[in-house]
Amino acid sequence: MPTQPPQDRIKNFQEVALGYSPEMARREAARCLQCRQRPCVKGCPVGIDIPGFVRAIAEGDFAGAVAVIRQDNTLPAICGRVCPQEVQCESHCVLGRKGEPLAIGNLERFAADWERETWGGAAHRPNRVRGGKGKVAVVGSGPAGLTAAAELSRLGYEVTIFEALHTPGGVLAYGIPEFRLPKDILAYEFRQLQLQGVELRTNVLIGSTLTIDDLFSLGFQAVFLGTGAGLPHLLGIPGEDLNGVYTANEFLTRVNLMKAYLYPQVDTPLYLGKHVVVIGGGNTAMDAARTAVRLGSSVTVVYRRSREHLPARREEILHAEEEGVEFRFLTSPTAIKGDEEGWVEAIQCVAMELGDPTEDGRPAVRPIPGSELWLPADSVIVAIGQGPNPIVARTTPGLETGLHGVIEVAPDTFMTSREGVFAAGDVITGGATVIKAMGGGKKAAQAIDHYLRNRSGRPIS
Amino acid sequence: MFEILEKELLARDIWKYTIAAPEVAKKAQPGQFVVLRLHEQGERIPISISDWDRDAGTITLIVQAVGHTTKRLAEMDAGDHILDLLGPLGKPAVIEPVGTVACVGGGVGTAIIYPEARGHRQIGNRVVTLIGARSREHLFYQEELSAVSERVLVATDDGSCGHHGFVTDLLRQLIDDGLHLDQVIAVGPVPMMQAVSELTKSRGIKTIVSLNPIMVDGTGMCGACRVRVGGAIKFCCIDGPEFDAHEVDFSSLLRRLRLQERSAAGCTSAENGTEGCKSQCHN
Repeated sequence: MPTQPPQDRIKNFQEVALGYSPEMARREAARCLQCRQRPCVKGCPVGIDIPGFVRAIAEGDFAGAVAVIRQDNTLPAICGRVCPQEVQCESHCVLGRKGEPLAIGNLERFAADWERETWGGAAHRPNRVRGGKGKVAVVGSGPAGLTAAAELSRLGYEVTIFEALHTPGGVLAYGIPEFRLPKDILAYEFRQLQLQGVELRTNVLIGSTLTIDDLFSLGFQAVFLGTGAGLPHLLGIPGEDLNGVYTANEFLTRVNLMKAYLYPQVDTPLYLGKHVVVIGGGNTAMDAARTAVRLGSSVTVVYRRSREHLPARREEILHAEEEGVEFRFLTSPTAIKGDEEGWVEAIQCVAMELGDPTEDGRPAVRPIPGSELWLPADSVIVAIGQGPNPIVARTTPGLETGLHGVIEVAPDTFMTSREGVFAAGDVITGGATVIKAMGGGKKAAQAIDHYLRNRSGRPIS
Repeated sequence: MFEILEKELLARDIWKYTIAAPEVAKKAQPGQFVVLRLHEQGERIPISISDWDRDAGTITLIVQAVGHTTKRLAEMDAGDHILDLLGPLGKPAVIEPVGTVACVGGGVGTAIIYPEARGHRQIGNRVVTLIGARSREHLFYQEELSAVSERVLVATDDGSCGHHGFVTDLLRQLIDDGLHLDQVIAVGPVPMMQAVSELTKSRGIKTIVSLNPIMVDGTGMCGACRVRVGGAIKFCCIDGPEFDAHEVDFSSLLRRLRLQERSAAGCTSAENGTEGCKSQCHN
């Protein structure tokens, strides 16, 4: 897929990947073998009919492709951009055995972009669902919540989404940068949901402004918790409270949600030094590093394992490298040092060595004694993962949580320890990917439908 | 959108706003705060909730116009709308029968002391209130506090009203005069809270402070508000804002409040930072 040249894009926040032309899309789609076994579909957490939509693109029937995708995926323009396709659908593609797998993600994005650019949400309107099957509250408007809301609405429920921030999208709004997911695309996808009849209430923190019990009192018959993993983990090393140390969430929120890069046209400022060290190797770390590059800093990513273990999407790693981000692998921070006024000036790291594989398949890591070194840094961004926010669990009697505060659900029904309260996405798994959260949200919505249909006629407790 | 129903000047640069926010009003408790954003380009700033009327569906915010957003808020009038307002946030103050409580307010921190003093009074604690301000024209809420306190003592930096000096002097005097205090609550500028904390630590009196670090979301997501308490890092927005004063690392808190100063020189420079501090303290 064509991209903005690195030397240009490091000076702007516009999208890096420019998308296929119709001719390119048809040419790529024509490579599909249309395997009878459909291995790619098994790799898709939401089960899109991939051969079906790819065939439609190859035939030039772009509207047909959109229709096929939208049967299973409510946010295709987003998934086409942020899914780790190389470990999902594309990893199962038979073409990949001898060459490049089919660029399924790029084709999905093409179809979704074609829909938006051609119809603009005006001519094509999803059917507005009349409701009538009951009222469901969806808590959180990130990937899990949006998907659950879309599915419940499609199934005939009246859905209201409750969002704590001033704008919907969750991590899609505050976390993922404009150059990877333009906010007007998020707005478009969200508008489709609203046209379908989904209501949105911003500025409501469930667990505080309204409790779960309040939602039942308001007439909601089921509650879906898609509150995600928004609580940033910290390193737990000395100096983490120095000025100039940010969590990736704070740094990205200031830039993406509050648009600090436009200061002073907007009121939210951001201090960022010339030498930025980003800790971590996931998508959030890549987003933070590439955002810092665009704000004019030189950036070093410090990651404790090797390049092949980076959890980030392959495309993000390549783009980061092209944009001049420096990587220090097998390196782990041990302390942050400040100047006499308490501003970061250096970060101490230690070299790591890999050990035997652990339960999650990645090798264990251990520090090499005596290998300490100091890297100059005037800002440090900590991007080592997130856990579930504790507010809902704290204020909902009877809601059980497990390790690291994840909300516990029955694996088949997605119901929590509270009757009628369901959860999916990062809040039950810990920090994962957008598409996994969407897959969970979709399955939980179907479980909610099953639950409500089987208890109809019974009073709501 | 949240309508400003009333606006009143309480003291120099200190405004009282009555805002329609029925759901927040229904849940608000002493010690909690809201995060608001005035307009599309606005920043999110935390403001303590000074009072609420659950029946009328209103909350009261007392705000000193010192930073970019608080000054802009001061230009708004009754009938205008605040774009976004989220709350109540933070853990409520722990108000239990303890005996005698001294409520110490400095500057606009006095606004936060009020619901706490009232709460303690309502459950039968004996309440003595001490308030400090730069001068007479910066004082407010003396009558309201008198109504919920056994007595109210005043200190001003310039001596224009009450004791000439710091509010900590008054607290020391009270203790030295033999008043037995079971608990102290202090809210105000960081140096004032630190001074109170040092005094009460030496006298072995349990002390609670309400901290005011920089915040962005206010719900535990960004970690901008992290403070060191008892050697561990806490998020003020969800673990606080109230903490045991004797455990708080005030120097770290004060240093992090200076974040906005350097933003002025940064690549996306700031003239007036995110003003968690400025909106709550008197400095």
